[in-house]
Amino acid sequence: MSEIRVIMEASEVQRALEKIGTELAQLDKPGTDVVLVGIQRGGVPLAQRLSKILSRHWGHTVPVGSVDVSMHRDDLNHRPAPDVHPTVIPFDINNRTVVLVDDVLFSARTIRAAMDALNDFGRPKRIQLAVLIDRGHRELPIKADFVGKEIRTAIDEIVTVQLTEDGAATDRVVLEKK
Amino acid sequence: MGWNRKDLLDIESLSAEEIKTVLDTARAFKAVGERAIKKVPALRGKTVVNLFIEPSTRTRISFELAAHRLSADVINFTAEASSLRKGETLRDTARNLEALNADIIIIRHSCAGAPHFLARFLKASVINAGDGAHEHPTQALLDMFTILEKKGRIEGLNVTILGDILYSRVARSNIWALLKLGANVTLCGPATLVPRQFERIGCRVTYNVEEAIAQADIINLLRIQHERQRKTMFPSLAEYTALYGLNRERLAKTKTDVLLMHPGPINRGVEIDSETADGDRSVILDQVTNGLAVRMAALFLVNGGQPQEIAAA
Repeated sequence: MSEIRVIMEASEVQRALEKIGTELAQLDKPGTDVVLVGIQRGGVPLAQRLSKILSRHWGHTVPVGSVDVSMHRDDLNHRPAPDVHPTVIPFDINNRTVVLVDDVLFSARTIRAAMDALNDFGRPKRIQLAVLIDRGHRELPIKADFVGKEIRTAIDEIVTVQLTEDGAATDRVVLEKK
Repeated sequence: MGWNRKDLLDIESLSAEEIKTVLDTARAFKAVGERAIKKVPALRGKTVVNLFIEPSTRTRISFELAAHRLSADVINFTAEASSLRKGETLRDTARNLEALNADIIIIRHSCAGAPHFLARFLKASVINAGDGAHEHPTQALLDMFTILEKKGRIEGLNVTILGDILYSRVARSNIWALLKLGANVTLCGPATLVPRQFERIGCRVTYNVEEAIAQADIINLLRIQHERQRKTMFPSLAEYTALYGLNRERLAKTKTDVLLMHPGPINRGVEIDSETADGDRSVILDQVTNGLAVRMAALFLVNGGQPQEIAAA
């Protein structure tokens, strides 16, 4: 029997994004060299929302791209081929600050793959990481620069971020216990 | 979505969903080919063998470049310069390649079923790059990709395949793919090369070229393989060109947005005249570009797949 618990409601998701936006906006003024890259799939709508929040702070639009890490995964030999989604980086990342955006930070292997994928597009001035949820259990020496909410989880629990962009009735984050 | 096959042997055994998975995956790989750095590490450390028992240049080069772009190591093995010449059996050749820990074997062979035969006893993945007159699955997949890219859909389109259907593995793979994806398929050519049996699986057969192409959204021209001495199948190349060759006059009586496809290499002045081959309805070079993306997708997908018996269990 699995037990499902809501750990963030829509208003908390919104607040968490505002918090990330505010921190990022202060750190990177005036933000003209910042670009956002959402990690397929969960990070892409969050990057778009964050872009709107940052535009408000900075008064200019903040470009959004997306990166799919399927071709850079380190477990391609251990599982069926993953679904591949488009990588769209419609701007030059050389000498820019790239903020990678993802929904849940877990082992960090996805982040490692995303940084490898970005290498093929250029050499950013720096890469930062923004995540809605940090659930712990890192397998690589990577940490997030901006975190919406930290939660303690058991390793076999599943954290899912549901967003209206993907057809959910309302934004929320749920934790599933095995 | 989903692919869990170890091998890509034919289109006939694939579901529409599996075909769509390959096409979706290929779209992402096409974008890789348009970047400054055209290489991804998906097959790093893997060994891909091009086992081409029947000569081919373009398909082999396309697979070779696809494998390179996925960071795999590639060995080319051709019939002319191999131990097959010395009497080694196909099974032994394949076993030797596997003993070298080859991960993916791409085979072209003049015998139908050769890839299926290898796939049954090899742990390595097998991709069929053309077996006799049976199938050429990656050609059909790149044709589907090109149609989808240019027309936005396949379902409901009228596709006419014109030429040597009888001996064509390209035709067979295309027919299966088109029917599975919901296109209306018309076959046309000399009666000796277009068997009526294809009506049984849902194709329309006609011997009148004007009628065959009048309502077509796509015309897929097949090469007349004159080097294979099928002189008995029709009287002369000139007669074929006169009766079935595509030219400006015939093109004028088709839909204005018809697409012309050809698996190559084209015989200019035989199945198609030069002006038409180079004209704005022709997507022949798009097919070549898309072939690379589709073959990258095929290599990527079979690498993660399981043998069918295990997958089914």
